[in-house]
Amino acid sequence: MTPEQMAEGLRAAFGEKVRAATVALGETTLEIHRDDALEVFGALRDRPEFAFNMLCDVTAVDYLGTSPRFAVVYHLHSISLNHRLRVKIRVVETDAWVHSLTPLWKLADWAERECWDMMGIRFVGHPDPRRILMYEEFVGHPLRRDYPVNKRQPLVPERDPIETGWKF
Amino acid sequence: MAVVDQRFSIDVDPSEEIMDIQMGPAHPATHGTIKFNLKLDGEVILNCDTEVGYLHRGFEKMIEQGTWTQAIPYTDRLNYVSPLINNVGFILGVERLCGIQVPPRCEVIRVIMSEISRICDHLTCIGMGAAEAGAQTVGFLTNESREFLWDIVEAVTGARLTISYTRIGGVTRDLPFDINDRVAGAFKNLRGVLDDCDKLLTRNRIFYDRMSGVGIISAEDAISYGVTGPLLRAAGVPYDVRKAQPYSGYERFDFEVPVGEKGDNYDRFLIRVNEIEQSMRIVEQGLREIPDGPIRIDDPRYVLPEKHDVYNSIEGLMHHFKLIMEGAKVPPGEVYQAVEGGNGELGFYIISDGSGRPYRCRVRPPCFYSMGALGQMLKGHMVADIITTFGMVNMIGGECDR
Repeated sequence: MTPEQMAEGLRAAFGEKVRAATVALGETTLEIHRDDALEVFGALRDRPEFAFNMLCDVTAVDYLGTSPRFAVVYHLHSISLNHRLRVKIRVVETDAWVHSLTPLWKLADWAERECWDMMGIRFVGHPDPRRILMYEEFVGHPLRRDYPVNKRQPLVPERDPIETGWKF
Repeated sequence: MAVVDQRFSIDVDPSEEIMDIQMGPAHPATHGTIKFNLKLDGEVILNCDTEVGYLHRGFEKMIEQGTWTQAIPYTDRLNYVSPLINNVGFILGVERLCGIQVPPRCEVIRVIMSEISRICDHLTCIGMGAAEAGAQTVGFLTNESREFLWDIVEAVTGARLTISYTRIGGVTRDLPFDINDRVAGAFKNLRGVLDDCDKLLTRNRIFYDRMSGVGIISAEDAISYGVTGPLLRAAGVPYDVRKAQPYSGYERFDFEVPVGEKGDNYDRFLIRVNEIEQSMRIVEQGLREIPDGPIRIDDPRYVLPEKHDVYNSIEGLMHHFKLIMEGAKVPPGEVYQAVEGGNGELGFYIISDGSGRPYRCRVRPPCFYSMGALGQMLKGHMVADIITTFGMVNMIGGECDR
């Protein structure tokens, strides 16, 4: 499927749920609303003409100064049909959440934890929304563009794992 | 009569209760960069919660601070065992944004160097994995062989690990005149080492028993977890970015993608050995068929002018000044470029806003998602199996934590 055919197919399959389906540099980008996310992603995974069985990556981009401020970006890949798709969901800063895709792909678990850690996007329905790269006491989200690159945070006191316990 | 503390009573069997153990990050087999929070029933792993982030250095944040060229040294520090693949992946993405087609000689050089790096990566994995399982000899053999390969890398790029070899539109320098002899010498040694490894490991009862049937992940689970590379191929899925979406001229090379059956550690070991052989084939083909010609494009918007022009012409001086101070002006847009790294699909999602600096650069690290699946692989196995499974996943901290 060429990227243009893919964009056409997406418009045909999802109708008005498609906010935009664009082709640039040989890659198709689909923009949807977060309320349609679970339905659209489920269809993208299960429909035989798309068959996106692998979620490659979840990340977010901070367009500071524009509204909506954040774009949550998903990269999908179909191993059997060998095509790719980028899906974007725009969210505003005061209401920065999207639905978690953990029911559809297991990769979403760690990917969404990292996205929350780095960008501060909440993933509603995530079973274990902890930080992953930074420590729990860290304040803020370092990959936001208004987080100063040279900011220091105080050292945290040593944790006693026996007393505090840790979640499984 | 003295009261005996119940905890020390002979009637309480400690093996009956569920035990919480934290393994790492100081454990030698965890490379200092990872921690396993284990729930154990005796020696059987009930749950393994993997903690990463000990080597987090803010790669994506740092890349936004400098120019596009200044980002290249940061990519060296991702997978520091095979830095050339990271260099190539990042620069291919940038070149797609710029619409640059590099000269054929440069493409072949990139392929040759990527494959040499891949061999280093697999050798590290096999050697260290075997050494951690007790076969220390193999570790020394592969390290020696890797040293010869790094000598080649040093002769080509000027450094062993932190190479920063690619530039927008080309590579920094050409192959040395004696590259054929160097590669032939290193590969002769490498083939001997692979033979020795084969004799020492493949049919070794102890090694086989520790590897076979351990760390299994099914093809379906592997895809759902986003596991790629040798781990996915060991599970029987012949997915290789070099074949599926060829980049940098891989479609012109003749090589095979080895596929396993069971998806256990033993299959992963065999696949890495086979991939070393395929990589050697690619390097030899590349050296046979490498065309003559320039190693970088001639475009003053992206490529630094020759020193002679900088000192003797006003245009050269201006181009040099603009490129160094403001950086190459990459056209606005976004691109996702995947390459086959040593451990799987290494993706660069790059956004440019048209200024001289990257707006956002996201790395899709293959190790990170393999580590996400590690808990699933280990469930129901013994504590000692963590070492071999973790060794065969080949987590590289710099790439996993960025």
